[in-house]
Amino acid sequence: MATDKRELAVAALKSGTVIDHIPSEALFKCVKILGVEKMPQKLTIGNNLDSARLGTKGIIKVADTFFPEATLNRIALIAPTAVVNTIRDYEVVEKRRVELPAVIRGIVRCDNPKCITNNEPMATVFYVTEDGEHIRCRYCNHTVANDKANIL
Amino acid sequence: MNPNSLVSIDDLSKEQIIELLETARYFEEHPNHKILDGKVVATLFFEPSTRTRLSFETAVNRLGGRVIGFSDASTTSSSKGETLKDTIKMVSNYVDLIIMRHFLEGAARYATEVTEVPVINAGDGANQHPSQTMLDLYSILKTQGTLENLTITMVGDLKYGRTVHSLLMAMKYFNPTFRFVACDELKMPREYVEFCKKQGIAFEEHSDFSREVIDSSDIIYMTRVQRERFSDIMEYEKVKDLYTLHNAMLDTSKENLRILHPLPRVNEISQDVDDNPKAYYFDQARNGLYARQALICRALGITPEK
Repeated sequence: MATDKRELAVAALKSGTVIDHIPSEALFKCVKILGVEKMPQKLTIGNNLDSARLGTKGIIKVADTFFPEATLNRIALIAPTAVVNTIRDYEVVEKRRVELPAVIRGIVRCDNPKCITNNEPMATVFYVTEDGEHIRCRYCNHTVANDKANIL
Repeated sequence: MNPNSLVSIDDLSKEQIIELLETARYFEEHPNHKILDGKVVATLFFEPSTRTRLSFETAVNRLGGRVIGFSDASTTSSSKGETLKDTIKMVSNYVDLIIMRHFLEGAARYATEVTEVPVINAGDGANQHPSQTMLDLYSILKTQGTLENLTITMVGDLKYGRTVHSLLMAMKYFNPTFRFVACDELKMPREYVEFCKKQGIAFEEHSDFSREVIDSSDIIYMTRVQRERFSDIMEYEKVKDLYTLHNAMLDTSKENLRILHPLPRVNEISQDVDDNPKAYYFDQARNGLYARQALICRALGITPEK
């Protein structure tokens, strides 16, 4: 029954974006990265929902909002499994996975307290390493696993 | 950003490294070639480092350039809260080249981004120190006649020692065989071991500084084991003398073996090694002058007429 209700809730969106298959532990970080807290549109956030693939998952639904691709890809770092559904007139018109960009600007804080980025008013820049699972600070070379990244 | 800036040894190709080493050799033969006439160079040392600063400033002076700068950030407006960006922008109005030492990691990369004047990194925290690597390479080339196919043994603190990490990266072009001699607490970090594997560089890891290792080495690169690196002081006491080099250990070593050390040395090389002709660490420091003269010329886009 719980599943039915959730599907009903998703389908009830007339127009907007549904981001599904977010790992539960990453949900609130995704909320922060997307900046949906500050939006006036109708917003539904669900977490710890049953997921065959992830165990539990989170979901974010925002009515009448369509994010630029680059914005959505910012959550790929912590939610690589996320799937973005674009809804128009109750129909899913587009469904796609988020993609991790090669360069991540301004959303991760470097964990190295002696890094210049923590001591100057400047944006951080991280590069995704070859294994795709770590990011490296452009400035101090400090490397951290994607899921341990400290989101600003 | 000026394309002649140098932040990390990784920024240089094999050809660029070889060209710099040839220029260093030229300056060893002609240390007072005045080709920086009319140039002003800033040495901005936000963190004191007498050895490196004197070496760079001597290099500029011998080339006929002028030096301005400071050797301690407490006397500058950064102590009033000025950002690094503002300091760099201000100094950029006055000089042709900035040589910078900073206690924060990544400071040099950031400095290159906020100015059109070339910047040479003279050390940024525990991060990069490319002029040290250039003088290490020059010392190896000079003593061995080549950089190719050498067996290089690195001893001591391989975990925190940035000089060994940079040297390791730079040697990737020259088909080396590495030996990493260290205790568990200070062994070569995983990322550098992975780097060797990926680059197809042969290496062995040892916890024992044995005669066998010494006798098959062309270069032994010693580093200081620092007490403050240990969480357990008992552990430090246990290992501190395991990686000390004594003269007697060199009895059966190869004729061409040379001992390098970035200095300052404490007790990891015993005093009785100093008189052994295989001890090279003091000459190594002198090579820093020529290597830095070469780096300064490259940064300014000046080629000495050899």
